[in-house]
Amino acid sequence: MDVMPKWADVVLVPLFSLVLAAFLSALLILAIGESPGEALKLMVEGTLLRSAGWGYMLYYTTNFIFTGLAVSIAFHASLFNIGGEGQAMMGGLGVSLVCLFIPWPHWSLAIVGASVGAAVFGMIWAGLPAYLQAKRGSHIVITTIMFNFIAAGILNFFLVGALKPKGSMDPATANFPASTHLPTFEDMAQLLGFEKMFRSAPANVSFFIALLACVVVWYLIWRSPLGYEIRALGKSGPAARYAGVGSVKIIMITMMISGALCGLMAVNTTQGESERLILNFTEGAGFIGIAVALMGRSHPVGVFLAALLFGFLYQGGAELALWTKIPREMIIVIQALVILFTGALTLMVRAPLEQLFFAIRRG
Amino acid sequence: MDFLILIQVLDSTLRLATPLLLVCLAGLFSERAGIFDIGLEGKILAAAFVSAAVAYTTGSVWVGLLAGIGASVMLSAIHGLASITLKGDQIISGVAINFLAAGLTVVVAQAWFGQGGRTPPLQSGGRFEPINFPGAIPSKEMADVGPVMQLYSELLSGHSLLVYVALLTVPLSWFVLYQTRFGLRLRAVGENPAAVDTAGISVVGMRYAAVIICGVLCGIAGAYIATALQASFTKDMSAGRGFIALAALIFAKWRPWYALGACLLFGFFFAIDNRFQNILLPAWSLSGVLLLTAFGLAGYVWRKDLLDKIVLGGLGLGVAFVSVLIVASAWSAGLSTQIKIPVVFIQSLPYILTVVVLAGFVGKAIPPRSGGVPYVKEK
Repeated sequence: MDVMPKWADVVLVPLFSLVLAAFLSALLILAIGESPGEALKLMVEGTLLRSAGWGYMLYYTTNFIFTGLAVSIAFHASLFNIGGEGQAMMGGLGVSLVCLFIPWPHWSLAIVGASVGAAVFGMIWAGLPAYLQAKRGSHIVITTIMFNFIAAGILNFFLVGALKPKGSMDPATANFPASTHLPTFEDMAQLLGFEKMFRSAPANVSFFIALLACVVVWYLIWRSPLGYEIRALGKSGPAARYAGVGSVKIIMITMMISGALCGLMAVNTTQGESERLILNFTEGAGFIGIAVALMGRSHPVGVFLAALLFGFLYQGGAELALWTKIPREMIIVIQALVILFTGALTLMVRAPLEQLFFAIRRG
Repeated sequence: MDFLILIQVLDSTLRLATPLLLVCLAGLFSERAGIFDIGLEGKILAAAFVSAAVAYTTGSVWVGLLAGIGASVMLSAIHGLASITLKGDQIISGVAINFLAAGLTVVVAQAWFGQGGRTPPLQSGGRFEPINFPGAIPSKEMADVGPVMQLYSELLSGHSLLVYVALLTVPLSWFVLYQTRFGLRLRAVGENPAAVDTAGISVVGMRYAAVIICGVLCGIAGAYIATALQASFTKDMSAGRGFIALAALIFAKWRPWYALGACLLFGFFFAIDNRFQNILLPAWSLSGVLLLTAFGLAGYVWRKDLLDKIVLGGLGLGVAFVSVLIVASAWSAGLSTQIKIPVVFIQSLPYILTVVVLAGFVGKAIPPRSGGVPYVKEK
């Protein structure tokens, strides 16, 4: 039945989708009177040829790994978590409560505490929609969207109210104490004796937490009994129930892991970069997680590569906005096209590839 | 004077409910035919931009309206292609359409007008002007006339044409869905497409028709936002209305008349939010309501299983905690101290209400049975 070998399905379909998205984006850039080749050159120069560019790219990548993994793990249970944005916002709240109100002696302890805070808050915020899905049958897509808006309201409430320092006009918390500041790639490079590397780039040690999360999620999904149950439920609810997998339990656990991963994103943005909680710190990363998960075929390795790609696009997009008339929103268009081709128009993308393999097979 | 304030709030309710109503009915057609549409937001945004841009360039709001509808229908066609013809995931397609609109509008607006992703302000010909009924008086003289005249001049008269169009769409939708053969088939396609197919009616055709109607209504809503409610396009100006309309649709249990009620209710929240920056309530009543909610939750989970106890009990504890906080903060000044209700709470009410309705605590909302499932013809 399968016309295509597995490797082609895993590698060629996302790549072909990317090529289509890139082609349409290039047309759009041409249409607004810029040169696509020039744009690509700028993006590569601003991102891959400077260490500071790498520093920005890996900072974005860190966010996208967390949200991409979060969406992936929910996909494995056939759940669609659009609530990454809200879960990350609540994670930010968790991080700032931990950093502001506990006197940490050293960042290495603070990052553990902040991660726990972020994960717990994200978990709670995903747990409620999960409960409503599991026990009351409320559609998780709608509830997680609603929870995004409610989370934005809660964040707003705290940032213009209780958490705002007296006399400040910014809707933001006070700066976190210096002992919670995470070492950036610049600090680490200096430690290794490389001066002038990653200058003032925001990438920080939480990148390594993201890498660790990839390994943990891989083990969880493909090597643990829980992962087996998650995938079983995702493939067929009735069959999984028949085999004794409790769907309520699995839905709850999967969504809470997903929420925790989204929450962890805030360690990177809030503790690592801004060093205080600000409005809109998520910058849509919760939604980019959807594109990353689709592009990465819900596999941690794929998610990592897709997160790198989107990190590149984000940093490259900032360069374009700086030097050309192409606004940053160009990246949202590319993101939309990637989601469209990898998620919704899969049949259209696969058909020519399948024909190609069919022709090859016949000789 | 108080009556006048009420009338003014209701007037603004009507204006703010109009786009919600149009989009809610748009979603109704699509979802009743079995096509979930998360992409309503994107369609409004695209229509808002295109209508404002074309209305500015041509100077005619009617051309703008048509162009806006065209843009929205084009996105609908993409959604139809993905979810009907190619049997892809409807939710992912909707998400993609939202991003496509969010990105494209700004990129094109920047290239077209070079004003940071906005259109220039629309002049008089490029806008839908308010229609004043015969005998209606201007709002300056409103305080001097009787309540009936206030009702007539402020609430009924003085809206743009599209407000009345939106109100007329409700009975029209009801008629089309429940009194025509087309409507029966459309609803059947959302419940049991196989039966419709057996009767020799094209499922694909019906679903495309529904999706296109959805596009047209979203287009009118977008044009209303950019050319009547406001006078230019600004980045992300749809401001989540697509999702609120989706919430209203669920709240209305996928029925046209209920949709009117739900949209007016949500519009009312926004009108209150616009009009009153500070809503004050005595501390005792506020904490009393919260405590009652907490007790209600506790009573509900009494005989339920552990998970219910943890989640809803935890929620109840949280609510009780807030109530205690309010009492504690008001204690020194007495329990009748006026406490300000946070603005964000009023803004979040539509979302909270939707979650409560979805949870089935206040009447169960049951979606069309075949919603979200692509129809595969038996071979």
